[in-house]
Amino acid sequence: MENLIALLVAAPLLGAAVLLCGGRRLDRSGHWIGTLLAAASFVIGAVLFTDMLGKGADDRALHQKLFSWIPVEGFQADVAFQLDQLSMTFVLLITGVGTLIHIYSIGYMEHDERRRRFFGFLNLFLAAMLLLVLADNYLLLYAGWEGVGLASYLLIGFWQHKPSAATAAKKAFLVNRVGDIGLSIAIMLMFTTFGTFAFGPVLGATGDASEGKLTAIGLMLLLAACGKSAQVPLQSWLGDAMEGPTPVSALIHAATMVTAGVYLIVRSGVIFNAAPDAQLVVAIVGAVTLLFGAIVGCAKDDIKKALAGSTMSQIGYMVLAAGLGPIGYVFAIMHLVTHGFFKAGLFLGAGSVMHGMNDEVDMRRYGGLRTYMPVTFVTFGLGYLAIIGFPGLSGFFSKDKIIEAAFAKGGTEGWILGSVALLGAAITAFYMTRVMLMTFFGQKRWQPDAEGREPHPHESPKSMTIPMIVLAFGSVFAGGFFSIGDRFLHWLEPVTGHDHGDAPISATTVTAATMVVLVIGVAVAWSVYGRKPVPAVAPRGSLLTRAARRDLLQDDFNHVVLVRGGEHLTRSLVYVDHTLVDGVVNGTAASMGGLSGRLRKLQNGYARTYAVSMFGGTAVLIAATLLMRAV
Amino acid sequence: MNPVNYLYLAALLFTIGASGVLIRRNAIVVFMCIELMLNACNLTLVTFSRMHGNLDGQILAFFTMVVAAAEVVVGLAIIVSLFRSRHSASVDDASLMKL
Repeated sequence: MENLIALLVAAPLLGAAVLLCGGRRLDRSGHWIGTLLAAASFVIGAVLFTDMLGKGADDRALHQKLFSWIPVEGFQADVAFQLDQLSMTFVLLITGVGTLIHIYSIGYMEHDERRRRFFGFLNLFLAAMLLLVLADNYLLLYAGWEGVGLASYLLIGFWQHKPSAATAAKKAFLVNRVGDIGLSIAIMLMFTTFGTFAFGPVLGATGDASEGKLTAIGLMLLLAACGKSAQVPLQSWLGDAMEGPTPVSALIHAATMVTAGVYLIVRSGVIFNAAPDAQLVVAIVGAVTLLFGAIVGCAKDDIKKALAGSTMSQIGYMVLAAGLGPIGYVFAIMHLVTHGFFKAGLFLGAGSVMHGMNDEVDMRRYGGLRTYMPVTFVTFGLGYLAIIGFPGLSGFFSKDKIIEAAFAKGGTEGWILGSVALLGAAITAFYMTRVMLMTFFGQKRWQPDAEGREPHPHESPKSMTIPMIVLAFGSVFAGGFFSIGDRFLHWLEPVTGHDHGDAPISATTVTAATMVVLVIGVAVAWSVYGRKPVPAVAPRGSLLTRAARRDLLQDDFNHVVLVRGGEHLTRSLVYVDHTLVDGVVNGTAASMGGLSGRLRKLQNGYARTYAVSMFGGTAVLIAATLLMRAV
Repeated sequence: MNPVNYLYLAALLFTIGASGVLIRRNAIVVFMCIELMLNACNLTLVTFSRMHGNLDGQILAFFTMVVAAAEVVVGLAIIVSLFRSRHSASVDDASLMKL
């Protein structure tokens, strides 16, 4: 069974290689090759999963060493895989949702002449992400990590003829680099502390290291997670990443990329457990991002950007849960999986709406689409109910658990984190209801596009609706399936550990409070966007709204602090270079030149001058010799 | 006869030769002055050989003559070709290498 693990990564990697090197002769069949190989990876994952279910909880982890990567004395890096319950969860999510997105893309990218290349990139994305979650050491994880960064760059900038897409891809890549520095420093710290970076030895030896070192490693890992998972302060790339084709957004937000940070934190849980300060920072980052994303999501009129804000906020929930320690690890991953279902469904639904509306993304020009796109409406609606935490649907179970866990953290921190999570639930209900109402309800606000084409909303082809229906099933039932009998908890507990914490208030109270804020959020959204017609041009809005439309001034902040600051730093360095460094260098050169000019006069070319110096020198030597003799 | 007188004569000859090298411009004269200095040295060597009663100085004087003969061959050749190309045997004219 172990030997199958490498095939999980190899199948999509083969797909990427074939599609990207195969050339135009694969244009007609490329998308099928890509989809088949993604599905093959899913089937292998399912086989491994059933095999794993047949074993006892403690010997489920599988290892496969492929080859020695960098065998140097004192530095051993292997290409080796580890498949335990945590990796298995990710494998199924990545390949399952990934395959559905492949199928969806067949229809969505039908008219794009570079569709073959698109599927090649999608396969590359899956392969990199699988490598990331299957690696059994941090160095190989880093390789997958970079692969994910590369694939996201290629896909966000897939429509590179649009300058905005090219810029967005560059931005995502650069912001991710900042996080990558954190991961590389963390790996170096691990190597100096533990002498290795394989999961087993590092995570088994945390007791031997000082808390200061573990805190440093933890904070660097958090920086890495912030970059990939779009957490404050490295969140700015996520909104712009919507420039990519919609299936890419679904893939980035649901199955790959942004989940990598959560995986990293949960996988390194032992380190964070031993470094409470770093763990608290993780929880704070999660809580801040949770509100940040939610507020941004409230103000955006672009349907994809509203959903992007929502992703940021939901990942914030996961990071918050991961920052709670053993109380929250399991729930972070559970929310990640359920989120994978409903967020992929929502994005594919948004793509379906855009497909029917001439690629219009402004929700103020939608309205009343529920009768024109019934399947999209129902699947999107189920995703919507799941994300706001409607009782019985997936999001209800997973998000409720995180809020409970936040309160169970105990002390003042617990109250603050719990309240933030609760507030986030209210805002989530508000902005998702807003998206729903503006898109599918109210009166039609369609307008001809720039080329004067009247939109003719229509339902999307089967290849697009079937993945949406499958994901809608996941959005509805996954949470309940995981929660009944604490199935998911028992499944993941051997890897991540679990702790009930000491909740100051009962679970029932938390659930009731969540329901209350849910109703308030929906009601407020209804009173603003449901009762009254939605204006087709956005009103000026309050100061907060305007700031939120500009992503809470994230780019302005980056521009002022980083870009301007960098410019000033550069200028002052150039000044120092010109005056100080060049002064010393040029001064030395000039004084040497002057000295040489004077010394040159000694060489006048007259033979007798040289003769005099020879005689003089000889006389001096003889005099010195005689003098020494005399003494 | 006191051998020291030979040394005085040698010193005188050497001084005349050195002054000639430093003062005269004609390459042939400079050359002859160098020969004078060499012979003054030879005279010193032979005198000291006589004073100390061994042959080292005389042998060294033969070496000097052989080297001087070789030097004359090369030196005169240079002077002749210099004169042919520049129609002058002045050593001051041969200062083209200076900046």
